[in-house]
Parts: sequence; structure tokens; C-alpha cells
Amino acid sequence: MTFVPDFGDDDSDRKICFIASKGTLDMVYPSLIMANAALGEGIETHIFFTFWGMDIVTKKHMDDLQFTWLGNTAMHPPGGSKIHMPQGLAGLPGMTAMATKMMKKQIADLDVPEVPEMVQMIADAGGHLWACKMSVDMMGLTKDDMIPEVEDIISATDFIELSEGAQVIFT
Amino acid sequence: MPTTTIAGAEVQVDEEGFMTAYDEWNEEIAKALAGNIGIELTDDHWQVIKFLREDYQEQGETPMLRRVSNVGGVPTKQLFQLFPKKPAKKMSYIAGVPKPQGCV
Repeated sequence: MTFVPDFGDDDSDRKICFIASKGTLDMVYPSLIMANAALGEGIETHIFFTFWGMDIVTKKHMDDLQFTWLGNTAMHPPGGSKIHMPQGLAGLPGMTAMATKMMKKQIADLDVPEVPEMVQMIADAGGHLWACKMSVDMMGLTKDDMIPEVEDIISATDFIELSEGAQVIFT
Repeated sequence: MPTTTIAGAEVQVDEEGFMTAYDEWNEEIAKALAGNIGIELTDDHWQVIKFLREDYQEQGETPMLRRVSNVGGVPTKQLFQLFPKKPAKKMSYIAGVPKPQGCV
């Protein structure tokens, strides 16, 4: 007999919507990586960028997202150390830049792209990108401040409508 | 490990139907595998398949879409056109290499 893998082409009504609400380097990757994976599985995928997540698609900021371990007690030095990085240290001048540089290197070592390339990959794979109207108004942004792959600026109600029947994941 | 007959050749496959023996693959088999999932191979498909096989042999693992795009030179958009919906799985199925294991 012939074995043919089930690529699930017939059951194509699965839909996933991510809400990306954070703009720190460590917190933007979860939605981007999962959205990219979902697209690779042929799933209709949307990302709604809101509040600090707006930086992910704002031209001025998307290549300059930062990481701090201030307020994050799960931060240990690389290599499986039991040590907790002292919170006070994170607040010293220059520490955010240093921590950002280290995290970017770790991400690059895994051959995972930086944020702008990741967003472009998602758009190229057919992902839908939306900006939150309230955030845009609050931050004084216009559509020109964002990359052209952002399809539109939409309200909370619009998002609730478009996510009908979808699995919604807040990050 | 099950075996199945593809394009007149008996080949080893896993329980999903992906080939498990790199050297049992040939172009006739690729055409038959593509036909199984409704794809007719064009030159653009062959470029991807050949890259996948060469890269797998060099790197010891199946490249992810990003690598096929950046190193293999076939843009992401085109990969989704050539192998609709699930490009990474479909291209590795046709190329006779394992499904890619990475996240990105």
C-alpha cells in the first residue's frame, strides 16, 4: 500500500490570533515565533499589535528593542547557573544595553532572526498584521510610522469581529 | 519500519509516509511523491528540492524555511506558492529528507 502523509489540507478552518502587547526584546519573540510556526502549518494567522507591542511594527523602534531583567527574578547567568542576577544591578546605567546585547547574541546563535526580519518573514508567509487604534492615538502615531505590511489600524471591536472562531493568544 | 512501493521502487518510510533512507530517493520517486500530494514539479520546485537534499547532506538536518530562503535563494512568498499551506513539510516529503525539527 502507499503511505501518504496527511497534510490536513482539507481541514483549513483553523485560525489563530495573537495579541502582542509587549515591546521588550524577550517578550516580542513568543508571538512572532508561534505566528511563524502557525503560518508554516497553513493556518490563517493574525497579530494584533497593541500598547508596547506597537514597537514591533514601528519603523523607528523595531530594530532597537531592549531587554532588562529588572523585575524578572527568573534571570540567571547563561549556562544553567543557580544564581539569581541581582535586581539592583539591572538598574545601573548601561546594564540594559549590555543585557540587550547579550540576549541578541544568544538569539543570533540559535540562528533566529532579529525582529525586523522575523516580522517580514511572517508578512511574506501571509500573516495579517494589525495595529491597535487606541495605542496609535495614545502614542501619536500614524500609519506612516509603521511598516507597510501593517494592513490597517483597527479598533478593539474590529479585532473581536475578526477573531471570531479563532484561537486567541495574548502575549 | 514499513516499506512502500513508489514509482516501482520499494522504499522505507516512517509511519506517516516520509522516506527514511536518503539514498533510496531518486527523481522519479520525487515526481511520484509530489503527485501523491497534488503537486506537479517545475524547475522552481526542483531548485528547492535539490537545495534541501544538498543542505541535508552537508548539515545533517533538514533546513527550515528561513534557511531555504536565505541560503537556498528562494523567497518565502514563493515557497508558499510552490508548496501551498505547509511548505516545510511538503518540500521535505518530496525531497526524501526528514521533517525539519527547528522552530524558525
